[in-house]
Order: sequence, then C-alpha cells, then structure tokens
Amino acid sequence: MRAHPGRSAFARLRHVPLRHVPLRLAAVAVLATGAVTLAACGSGFNSGDKGSSGGSGNGPISVLIGSSGDAETNAVKSAVADWSKSSGVKANVTVANDISQQLSQGFTSGKPADVFYLGNDTFPAYAKAGDLDPFAAKLSNVGDFYDTIKQSFTYNGKLYAAPKDFSTLALIINQDSWAKAGLTDADIPTNWDQLAAVAKKLTTGDQVGLSISPEFARVGVFMAQAGGWLVSPDGKTATADSQQNVDALTYVKKLLADGSLKFSSAVGAGWGGEAFGKGKAAMTIEGNWIVGALQHDFPDVKYKVAELPAGPAGKGTMQFNGGWGIAADSKNKDNAVKLVQYLTQTDQQMGFAKAFGVMPSVKSAADQWKQAYPTQAPFLAGADYAKSIPNIVGIADVVKDFNSQLQGLANNDPKQILGTVQQNLQAAVGK
Amino acid sequence: MALVTVRRHRDRGPGIRGREAAAGWLFLTPAIVILGLFLVLPVLMAAWVSVSDWTGRGSPFAAGVHFVGADNYGDLLATPGLAQRDFGTAIRNNAYYVLLVVPIQTVVALFLAVMVNQRLLKARGFFRTAYYFPSVTSSVAITVVFLFLFSSTGAVNDVMSYLGVHGPSWFADPRGVVHLLLGGLGVHQPPAALAGGSLLGLSWWQWISGPSVAMCVFILMGVFTTSGTFMLLFLSALQNIGAEIDEAATLDGTSGWQRFRFVTLPMIRPTMFTVLTLGLIGTWQIFDQIYTGTQGGPAKTTLTPAYLSYSASFQNQEWGHGAAIAFVLFAIIVILTIFQRLLLRGRA
Repeated sequence: MRAHPGRSAFARLRHVPLRHVPLRLAAVAVLATGAVTLAACGSGFNSGDKGSSGGSGNGPISVLIGSSGDAETNAVKSAVADWSKSSGVKANVTVANDISQQLSQGFTSGKPADVFYLGNDTFPAYAKAGDLDPFAAKLSNVGDFYDTIKQSFTYNGKLYAAPKDFSTLALIINQDSWAKAGLTDADIPTNWDQLAAVAKKLTTGDQVGLSISPEFARVGVFMAQAGGWLVSPDGKTATADSQQNVDALTYVKKLLADGSLKFSSAVGAGWGGEAFGKGKAAMTIEGNWIVGALQHDFPDVKYKVAELPAGPAGKGTMQFNGGWGIAADSKNKDNAVKLVQYLTQTDQQMGFAKAFGVMPSVKSAADQWKQAYPTQAPFLAGADYAKSIPNIVGIADVVKDFNSQLQGLANNDPKQILGTVQQNLQAAVGK
Repeated sequence: MALVTVRRHRDRGPGIRGREAAAGWLFLTPAIVILGLFLVLPVLMAAWVSVSDWTGRGSPFAAGVHFVGADNYGDLLATPGLAQRDFGTAIRNNAYYVLLVVPIQTVVALFLAVMVNQRLLKARGFFRTAYYFPSVTSSVAITVVFLFLFSSTGAVNDVMSYLGVHGPSWFADPRGVVHLLLGGLGVHQPPAALAGGSLLGLSWWQWISGPSVAMCVFILMGVFTTSGTFMLLFLSALQNIGAEIDEAATLDGTSGWQRFRFVTLPMIRPTMFTVLTLGLIGTWQIFDQIYTGTQGGPAKTTLTPAYLSYSASFQNQEWGHGAAIAFVLFAIIVILTIFQRLLLRGRA
C-alpha cells in the first residue's frame, strides 16, 4: 500500500482545463480517442466466432501447465517434443506461475492455450462458462480411465478432461520415531482408536504424533471414513451437516485437544510434509507428492507409507485428479486431441509417474506401477475407496470457507462449522 | 489607437494565436489516447462487467452476455450467502488495517520529518536515506522478508523467547486482537447483545474482533514501508516554513511544543491533507502484500476487497462479482475522502 507518486501525476493531468477550447474541437478529440481505443481493443477480444469452428488449423499447439518443479516440466516438455517429432506439428509448453489466472486471461482474450492442465475442483466453473471443449469421450482409450476420475471430470453429463494422473492420501510414518516409541509393523493403526493411541504414544516434547494441514483436503479423509461426505453420492444434495461428518470433526477435535494432533501451521510448517520432514511430526497424512518432496528436501528421513485407518464406516481417503483440457476456442482442436491422446497413453503415463511420482489414470498401468513402486502401493490401494472433491460450480469457495473454519476447529463447535458449510453448499448445489 | 485597431483586426481573423488551440489539442492527444486506453475504457468496461453475467470467455460485449441489473451488487450487499460474508469479512479486515495504519504512519512520518529536520542533528542525510529506504524497496521483497522474520521459528520469536515471551505463529494466527484482549478478561463467548445481529453476513461479535495477529504484521509492515514516503512530504513542507517564523514565535516566549502545535502544524495543514488522503487511498487498496504473503489466510482474516476482487474474477470466474467489489471499494474510497476533506476544511 505504498503511495504511488504516479497517481498524483494522473490527477494533475485530469485537471487540464477544457473550458477555453472550442467545443467542436473537444468533441472531435474525444471521438478520435474513442475510435482509437475501441479499435485497439477489438484486436484483444475475439468477439466474433464463438461456435465450435471445426478447429482443424495446423498452427502450433500451445500447452499450458502448472508444474510442481523441474522434473515435471522436463518430463512434459520432452513428451510433447516427441509427439511433435512424430506428428510434424509444432507445440510449445509454457509453465504457468498461477495457472488459474493465466487460463482465465487466455479465455477472456479469445486466444487461450490449446491444451492445459485442469483440476477436478476448478474445472466446473470453466465448463459452465463454455471455455472447455468436451472432447474426452472421443479418445480411443476412454474406457481405460478409472471411472471415479472420469466421474470427477464430468459436468452436465459431458466429460471435459482426459484424466492424466491422480494422487490419493495415505498415512506417512517416520520409521525412526516409530521404532523409538517401541512400535512395530503390527501396530500400524487400522481404526480410529488405534490411530489415537499411536499418535499419543509418538507425541514427545518436541515432536507431535500426527500433523496435518488444516484443510478439508486432509480432514476430509475422516469424513469419508465416518461414512459422510459433503454431498450425496449423486452430487445433487448437500450433506455437509450429517451426523457422520459431525462425528469425524469431533474425532479430529479430540485429537487436537489431546495434543497428539497439531495442524502444520501450529508447528511452523507450510504443510504436513514439511512438518514431517523437519521432524516436528512423527506421522502425517499426505499424497503421492510427498515422496518427491521428501527425496528433494529431506533425503535422510526414513518413512513408511500405510493405508489410512478405517473409521466407523470402513476405509476412506481422498483423491486428487489431474486432467488435460482443451479450449473451446482452440483453433487447432484436431491436433490438440491427438496430442492429448498421445500423452494419456499407458507408456507415457508410466513415464510421468517415474518422473514426478503421480499415479497413472489408466487401469492398464496399475500392475506395472505397483511392481515399480511396491513401497507406495498403499496410495494405489486407496483408489478403490477414495472420494474426490465434489465437482460443482463454486465448490472452490465453499472449500476455502470450510478451510478457514477448520483452522479454528480446536475452539469451535463441529456442528456449527458444518452448519455453515451446509448453507454454502446448498447455495452452490442449487446453482 | 493604432494598437487597438491591430488587436481588433487580429480578433476577427484566425491570426497567429488562433491556431494555438488546435496545437494544444495536438499536444494533448497522446495523453488523452493513453488515458482513454488505459484508464477510461477499462473503467467503463469494468462498469459494464459489474452489471452483466459475463463468464470470462471472449469479449464482455459479445452477444451472449446479458445485462443483469444490480444482481452482482445485490449478491455482495443484500443476499445472505458466501459472497456476502466474504465481502463483509474483507471490508472488516481492511477497515481495521486503515484505521490503524493511516494514523500511525502519519504520526510516525511527521515525527521522523521533525527529527531529521533538526538543524542540530548530525548525519541528517544518512537518516533521511535510511527512513526512505523501505519506500523504494519492492513490496514483494519486503513481504518475503517479513514472512521469514515473523515465521513461528523466525527471528522475531527468537528475540521474544530471550525475553521469556512465547511468540505466536504470526502469519498463521487468525485470532483477532480485540477477542484476545476480551479473552484475557475472561470473555470467551460473545455476550448475547453481540452474538446476534448481522451486517454483511457477520455478527457484531465478528465485526469487533479487531485485526487478527496475522493482519497486525501487515499493519506493522504498512507503517514501516510507507512512513518514509510521507516523511519526505512532511520534510519538504517543514522546510518551506521560514526560520524567521520560528524565531518570532520563540521571541513571543513559546515553548517547543507550543511552537509545534500552534505554528508548525497549522502551516503544514495542506500537506497533512495530502498525506491522509494518499494514506487512505493506498491502505484501502492493499493487494500485493496479501497476494505474496497470505492469500487472505489464515481463516480469511487478511482477505481484503482488492484481493477478493482478484480471486473472485481470476480464480472463481465470478467476473461480475469481482468488478462489483472493485466499484464498491471505489465508492468507499471516494466517500471517505470527501468526508475527510470536509472534516479538515471544517476546522480551518
């Protein structure tokens, strides 16, 4: 909020006295300005053809990705380059700093990237606005994608993205702390009581038993394990204030009160993985990405990945899906679809899995992946019962508000928190 | 007589001076074009977006975009729901920010200016530069430094622990300071009178929360970065006051404080107005620190209207809401500036 010296200069310019100038001249000048500005603006906005113009252009394909780091960037770049070589179509990969902002800018300008990353929690707003092409059903390997992931990218009955990979949440255990507390493999928790017990046992003076990020994307696993969720299975009714969800939050609140669970923000970490890597927590709940993060930032930490314990209603976890989207305003749709087809092949997906630790979105790669990464098998096991963030327009805001309330869970009433979430969700579901 | 005739003659015809207006407009054209292109036109477009259902695809003037009247404004101001509550939260957070930053930075700036204006002070140049330095540093850089300083294991908490105080995890602490103070007095739950009632979706208890601990860091940072700029404004005003006025007052037997209060302060009133106005406008528009630092967290206590406008538009595709927020913010700033102007003028 510094004062802008430029602003006062503007103010001075605006006070140019116009009185002494003949009116006619002033009118001409204003009109001329208007004409120039409108003309300049016309080139920025593509107001004309909005329909699905065949899009069989041969121009270069632009690919926009939000990358987790060099490994991912290089893997995508080299895969796209391979495709360019075999197809003869040029393609450029751009790494976005802030992909939702850059996507939005592309859509407003009428010249969006042709192919881009999509998350299953953000795509409904784009789909509703007509930004996306529902191309994915046309892919030849559409039957190979996991149904749950396809479901999470479906809006109004149409599949808007080709699933590219997914991650699930699992329990990450620090093996040294585990051994130090006298625990063995047989003690890996399989239900809520056991989780509470080991978390308590692992809590020492400078290490908390369990630390997770204070957000729905982690706490939600307990809601799934309790048999609750934000929406009904068909996604049409808000069910945030169900008794199951209240039970889940009450359980988390109890762990917080015991001191055996602390949110990552409370131990000075940005996320659960950081708290875990720094040794501030003996366990955390994180997804596949933690493997790469630990390798990169905390290579000395010995850890074990386990399936999350079951709750009153059985096993439950959350999954996060990535997909490739194609812009409705793309001029090169045919080639864009071919590129996506290439990138979602089983071999390519195994390559990406190797490069940056995601799980392939195709069933045909499951066995291969399990063999290659036996220690991470619990992540893939979670796919059988995992739930995705509901794909309804406005869900991002509802979740953001839920997250902001979860930070105060220790001092607030779970019922009250979920009541607010329910209100917000009902408004979003009704849209 | 001859002169008069000549002048009359000139008045009738185009003459040399007659072309000046045209030339003037010619010279003005670049400025008008630039202002029109980058200021007037975007403002008009945003005004249209704020009353339309534009979804962010293609031009807002395309055929598929409809006029929806005041719906977007209604969602923010009248319809209970998430949009309204977010807006209320943002207004509350920013109001506390303005309420604390503007007076503090003005007083600090004036104090610093008076200090470095002392003729007795040695190394005045050094101090002037030092105080001005934060103002010319990128706010993103300063925010990042503050993020490190105020992390829960950062330098600030280290120093505090030497003094036996256990510091909070600043940027992660959503508790409001007024709530904390009341908690210290044993009031943890809102009294019945404050629990109910609501303005923009927040209860009175939520309105009086005070800035959160995280917001307090931003307040400190705001004072730190901007005081230097305003110190410079005050300094130039102080240097315009002739030494003889001070001497005259001294001869009248005034004390140092009296000279400051009854001579200096009235003489720098125009500068005071400038500083307060710029401060008010700048603080209501806080964005870059939030964007770099907390993105509105923890628990939305550093959400501000400017950041909310950005996130509504670019992240949630609610372009109408985003534009409407910007215009409500504009109205708030204009109204407060007029109000402040009346207040300062009234006392003169």
